[in-house]
Order: sequence, then C-alpha cells, then structure tokens
Amino acid sequence: MLKRVHFGSSWLPFALVAPQILITVVFFIWPASQALYQSLLVEDAFGLSSEFVWFDNFIELFGDEHYLGTFQRTIFFSFSVAFLSMAFALTLAAMADRVIKGATTYRTFLIWPYAVAPVVSGALWVFMFDPTLGIFTYTLGALGYEWNHKLNGGEAMFLVIVASAWKQVAYNFLFFLAAMQSIPKSLIEAAAIDGAGPTRRFTSIILPLISPTTFFLMVINVVFAFFETFGIIHAVTQGGPAKATEILVYKVFNDGFIGLDLGGSAAQSVILMLIVISLTVIQFRYVEKKVEY
Amino acid sequence: MAEIHLRQVGKSYGEVEVLQGIDWKIGDGEFVVIVGPSGCGKSTLLRMIAGLESITQGEISIGDRVVNDLEPAERDIAMVFQNYALYPHMSVYNNMAYGLKIRGIPKDEIERRVKQTAEILEIGDYLTRAPRQLSGGQRQRVAMGRAIVREPSVFLFDEPLSNLDAKLRVQMRLEIKKLQQRLGITSVYVTHDQVEAMTLGHRLMVLNGGHVEQLGTPIELYERPLTKFVAGFIGSPSMNFLEAKMSEDGSKAHFTGGNSLELPAHLSGHGDRRVSVGMRPEHLLLDENGSNTASATVHVVEHLGADTLVHGTFGNDDGPELVVRLDGIKTIGQDEVLTLSIDPNNIHLFDPDSGKRLNT
Repeated sequence: MLKRVHFGSSWLPFALVAPQILITVVFFIWPASQALYQSLLVEDAFGLSSEFVWFDNFIELFGDEHYLGTFQRTIFFSFSVAFLSMAFALTLAAMADRVIKGATTYRTFLIWPYAVAPVVSGALWVFMFDPTLGIFTYTLGALGYEWNHKLNGGEAMFLVIVASAWKQVAYNFLFFLAAMQSIPKSLIEAAAIDGAGPTRRFTSIILPLISPTTFFLMVINVVFAFFETFGIIHAVTQGGPAKATEILVYKVFNDGFIGLDLGGSAAQSVILMLIVISLTVIQFRYVEKKVEY
Repeated sequence: MAEIHLRQVGKSYGEVEVLQGIDWKIGDGEFVVIVGPSGCGKSTLLRMIAGLESITQGEISIGDRVVNDLEPAERDIAMVFQNYALYPHMSVYNNMAYGLKIRGIPKDEIERRVKQTAEILEIGDYLTRAPRQLSGGQRQRVAMGRAIVREPSVFLFDEPLSNLDAKLRVQMRLEIKKLQQRLGITSVYVTHDQVEAMTLGHRLMVLNGGHVEQLGTPIELYERPLTKFVAGFIGSPSMNFLEAKMSEDGSKAHFTGGNSLELPAHLSGHGDRRVSVGMRPEHLLLDENGSNTASATVHVVEHLGADTLVHGTFGNDDGPELVVRLDGIKTIGQDEVLTLSIDPNNIHLFDPDSGKRLNT
C-alpha cells in the first residue's frame, strides 16, 4: 500500500503531474484520437476530400484475406521471436548465474546488443546474410545450401525472426539473470543437499521460481515483436519477398504511406492499439499478482 | 549413523585464511555445537562439512569415507538452514518429499515416510499448505521434517533458531534436543547463542577468528575456560574481568578500588605480576561472614524476579566495573556498599596480554 502524501497547497500536486499529463496528451491521446477519427474516414485518391463512413474500413479489413494472412504471420513471427530470444536468454542467464570470476564483464558484454537500434541490428543481419556478399551466405554456400532471402519467403521470415530475437536476447537476459539472482542461494544449496543435480535444480527449483519473470518477458517480447520490429523489417526485407515478412505494423506503414489508404491504415492501427491495450491489461492483471516469493 | 572426523581442516579465500588447523572427532550419535561470534568461521566450517564450500586444507571424513571431493548429495547429510530454505512453490508435503523423489524411492514409501515424519513434528495438518502460509515456527518444523525424512547419517544445523522470537526459540530448542535424543543421529549445530550452545550440545567447539579456542563439554567450558575469550563468551551475564596485581607469594590479588582477594591455593609461583581476575556474576555472594570478602559500590540494580543483577564498581568508585547476580529479590539501594564473598576455587586467572588461563 502506498503512503498518502498530503500537500498543503492545492496547485502543487497538479503542477507536479502536469509535465507527464502534457506528454501523454501530446504524444499519445492526441495522435490516438486522430487515428481513431481517421479510421472512420475514406479519402479520395488525391487526398483532397474525405468521407465519413462509420465502420466500413473495419468491415473491409476483416473481409480481406491479405489482412487476415498478415495477422497469422504476425502471430507466428511474434511467438517465434519471443520463444527464440527467451530460450536463448534463459540459457545464457543460467550459465552467467554460475559464473563467479569476471561475472561483471561477462554480463556487460551480454547486455550490449540491447543498446543497438533495431534498424542498425537489421542492417547488421542484412550484411551477414546478403545473397551476394554476406559471410553467412558464403559459408552456407560452401556447405551446399543456397541462401537467398530476397527470393525465398521462408528464409526471409527466418532472417527477420533471428534478427529481432537477437536484439531482444540482451533485455531478456538481464531480467532472467536478475530473477535468478533474487532466488536465495540457500534454496539451491538445499536442493543440492537433497540430491538434485544442476539440471534437476534448474527445472524443479529455478524455473518455477522465475515463472513470474518469464510471463512478464513473454508479454514484453510479444509486444516488442508486434510493434517495435518495424525498423528491422524495413532494413532487412521491406516486408518482402511477396509480402512474406509483412507483419501488422509494417502493413500499416505500407498501406498508409505507400498505398495512401489512410482510412484503412488508421483502422489497422486502431486494431493494433486494442491489442496493445489488452496485452497491457493481461500484464497488470496477472503478472503483478502472481509473484511467488 | 556416522562419525565425523576433521583433520587439520582449514579454509582460505586466496590469501585470506578464515579457518585454520581444526581437528575434531565427532562421535556417532553425538550432538556437537560450534559456537562463536559472527565472522568467526563457524558457518563456513559447517558448510565445508556439508560440501557447500570447498575444503582448502586438511581432510573431512564422514563415516569411513573422506568426503573432500564428494558432492553434497553424496555425503548422506541433511541440513537445516537459518532462513529454512523451503521451496516456496511446493507444498509442505512436496518440500519434504523432494529429496526422496530424487532418490527414486517408490511413491507409497515416500508417502509413508513423510506422513510419519509430519506426525513426529506435529505438522500433519499443514501438508497441503504452501510455506508462505505458515508461521515461523511451523516453517522451522517443516525444515526439520525435510531433513529428518531423508534419514541421513548426519544432521547439520546452521543457526536454525535465530529467526524465531524468544519464546518460540526456547520451545524449539527443547524440541530439537528431544528429537536428536530420540533419533540418535550425529548432529552438528552452529550458533552464536551461548545459551543454545550450552543447552543443546554434548560437546562444544568455541571458535574465534578462525581458530579453536576450546573444545569440551558445556560444564568443562563453564568451569574451566582455557582463555579469557571462552570465559567471557560462556555464561550470562558474562564473567567479570578485573585487572589486579598479585602479591609476591601469589596468594592474594590487589585491585584498584582498595579490595584484595585470596586466590586459589595452587597459584603460587606467579607472584608479583599483573593478572586478569575472572569472577562469574553468580559466584559473588552477599555474605558478610564469608572468608574471602570484598566490597562493592552499587550503581544500578535490575530486578529479574528469580534473581537480581547489581551493576557497580569493585571497591570504591574508582574500582573496576562489576556485575553481581544475586539469588531472589534483594532490596538494595543505589550507592550502597555491599560486602561480597567468593570461594577462591571460583576465581579464574588469565594472563592480561595473551588471555590464556593461568590457574590449571
């Protein structure tokens, strides 16, 4: 329970929250309401006039096979990114947790990727897997596999998943490590005395005890994959080939700014907004309550 | 069932030596207590026996096996931790069954043993609860249960009572003692509390700064402390140490504040030197007709009911500080001058510099 603080004057508390409110209004409430309004309009091809059409944009969206396909693709993409980055981060954290010498250096190195901007991370992977000059393409070629994500949709998807997951590993690692280190040492020792080997201790003690963190990261990673991977996709595939890597956020951009269907694009962003809101609700509802110790 | 044998055991972290030259043979079924102030290395020693800390010097054997290179799981021990270390995501039942499951014991056998242990510890009603739903004392019992159910050959206790309130601590102390008597399993108990040490242990090891100050039964430690440290550590309130000068023939000690006391007969030969005279508060008696008397000036009186603690100075106001424990309720006023007597055999003499005992 938070302590209540009483202010003497009546304007001070308002003044203190004003900057936050202002930022929220300017950067969230206003654009969001614009998007909401826009989603109910249809513009003509030249952007000279618009017509109020109620929910026609939404009705059209849900009848659109491409849109539903993008939805499925996004879900596949998000869960792959979340799973891959979390599994990798968990492995690294489990190992880092046991390191004693040079632990800080080791940890610092593992945190670096988080400081890399999504676009830059995308650019890195583009270079490594470039069909003509990428080092990995070359290596795969030597092993007898011809890599070309510019033609092969599956490979393109794989590449954006790996690039996005790589970026997220550092973040997940930090949280997993913090969670593992908050488990009292004596619990692990008690399990060791009880006869559990390292693997058994990990699966029967550590994993259940960090489950609140796992759930939290699950939500955060899905949100990341849903919304913040735009930069990576834009740098790596531009949603191609043949829309094979076009996820929801990328479609909003593509339809709105390339295809100039502002109303339809706004409607898509409203749907995305609803998804974020529900994920946040899940986050607050369950994660904050389900802490074991 | 096993004896534990420590041979020249030591521990160092790089250059820093935290334990050195510990030699001790703990008999089968014995209950021993390692006691000392915080930072003396007592927990480290216990953890070395458990296998949670590596042994950098010497050798530890449990039963007839040298365990230096064995994993904790292979040492056939069970440990009760200070914070209980119960698995928070498991029910009480699963907490107790965990070690048995790992050992691949059949389900019905596990159930029988857990139920039986729970009955001994009177936690049968809580088996389905999670540890966080239990009180401190109940958690303590579960932690004990988890150790007992495995039927190990050695029990290790790492300050198991220090998180409990005073009343519960006394109760659990008694239960641990009864339990150990009943099960007869070799036990090593670490504590900083001298009352726990005295009441629980068949034998004690007093550790200070990484080395053994004294080994012995509680009574030996109380009656014949070999160092000033042990003398001050065992007993409550702790022993009075008064600086004094011995007479030339070694028969008397002269104190600042004007008092002189007769010393134990066998102390001649140490004449004309400074000594630290140790007298337990309970050995100073209010007896004007006693043979070996001295005066004390009263400053503060504390009434505890069963006894009365008198804080004051030995002799006049310039004398050294002194605590006297008198039986029952005594009406004593501030600044009153008391006549105290002490049996010379209850006087301990220590070298003021080395802290070693002088009277053998």
